[in-house]
Amino acid sequence: MTAYILCFILFLVGLYGVITRRNLVKIAISLSVMELSTFLLFALIGYADGGVAPIVDPSNPAKVYVDPMPQALVLTAIVIGLATTAMLMATIIRLYRKYGTFDIREIKNLKG
Amino acid sequence: MTMIVKKTTQLIAGLIFLYGIYVIIHGHLTPGGGFAGGVIIAGSFILLILAFGSDFLRLTREEAGSTLYENLAILIVVFLAVSGLLATGKIFFLNWIPKGTPGELVSAGILPLYNIFVGIEVAASVLTIFLALVIFKEELAE
Amino acid sequence: METAICIIAGLMIIGALYAIHAKDLLSAVIACGIVGYGLVICFLLLKAPDLAIVQIVVETITLIIMVAVVLDSSREEHFVKPDGKGYMSMAAAVVMTAVLLYFFILAVGMLDPFGSGSLRMASQYINGAVELTGSVNLVTGVVFDFRGYDTLGEATILVTAVLGVITILRLKGRK
Repeated sequence: MTAYILCFILFLVGLYGVITRRNLVKIAISLSVMELSTFLLFALIGYADGGVAPIVDPSNPAKVYVDPMPQALVLTAIVIGLATTAMLMATIIRLYRKYGTFDIREIKNLKG
Repeated sequence: MTMIVKKTTQLIAGLIFLYGIYVIIHGHLTPGGGFAGGVIIAGSFILLILAFGSDFLRLTREEAGSTLYENLAILIVVFLAVSGLLATGKIFFLNWIPKGTPGELVSAGILPLYNIFVGIEVAASVLTIFLALVIFKEELAE
Repeated sequence: METAICIIAGLMIIGALYAIHAKDLLSAVIACGIVGYGLVICFLLLKAPDLAIVQIVVETITLIIMVAVVLDSSREEHFVKPDGKGYMSMAAAVVMTAVLLYFFILAVGMLDPFGSGSLRMASQYINGAVELTGSVNLVTGVVFDFRGYDTLGEATILVTAVLGVITILRLKGRK
């Protein structure tokens, strides 16, 4: 129970950062923190007490296995997370070259 | 970078590349698979680029190659999925190759093929993203 | 088991708070690494070795990309004294956080307690998987056989993201 709540507090820290920060790199870091907290929640849901990792020994199967489905979902999501973070960083580089700053208030004042 | 860093990187990068291939090929037997192995292979190339610095013309050629591999690999994955539709049943993503004994290296039908081509696709994608970030910075500096 | 995960999650929260409030952007990026590498240890404790292998490599590459972006720009974050709008957005953030936390605690009450692992689809996937797919690693069986559409969509998203990065960054056309 406590683990779920701590995991959600991590998500809320990321949300707070997205709303209050004004620096583009800080916003990217906050989004990445939110993403990582979601992965942790999926892994927590799939865990079973006394379970072993989901790899079967055909001659000697174990009784309890950890649920493989949330792990499969997270496995694809991690690689997508890398690609989206890289795309966010590419956008930030272009904005920095055009305006010379990371601050979104100054970018808004300059108006292209 | 200095000579020591370059020589050490040359020795280690090959081992990392081999480890990536091992993780991909044993994906249906041990932890790992196409995604993990592909990212590890891309990591070995990134290590080499970081150690040897950026040579603009060489990197441009490499980027053309990695884009080609990426697009070919995703096409082959789609073709493998359609092959289940054509071969026996009317099911997309059917595992139609004989499965063999579970636990041996050549088993699990079509899954090792998916692992290999998804691994190539992921490795080429991550490498292309990194090369784009390096190349187009140089292009601006000219 | 739960205690160990709680301690690591606490460390991850401290790292995230420091990353959000740091003055220097480079130290903020490196503090973001605390969250990622803490997650690797959590995956190992939760018996998910596949995820740990992927996450440790992906986190390293993400850090390299972020550091490369931060290093060739001005690293200092200019501190501007918050005006009325800044205070309003901060108050909105705190209120929203409190409301979301309340609803989440209500929702966790309906969830099964930690460690029961009782998703209904799981028994179907675990019991018949080795005979149906022939793969000893259950995660590979789920990724490429039972949920193949997911993987196909993921590969397509990866290709699209690469095309997006190249389109955004390229200045001159290819000759």
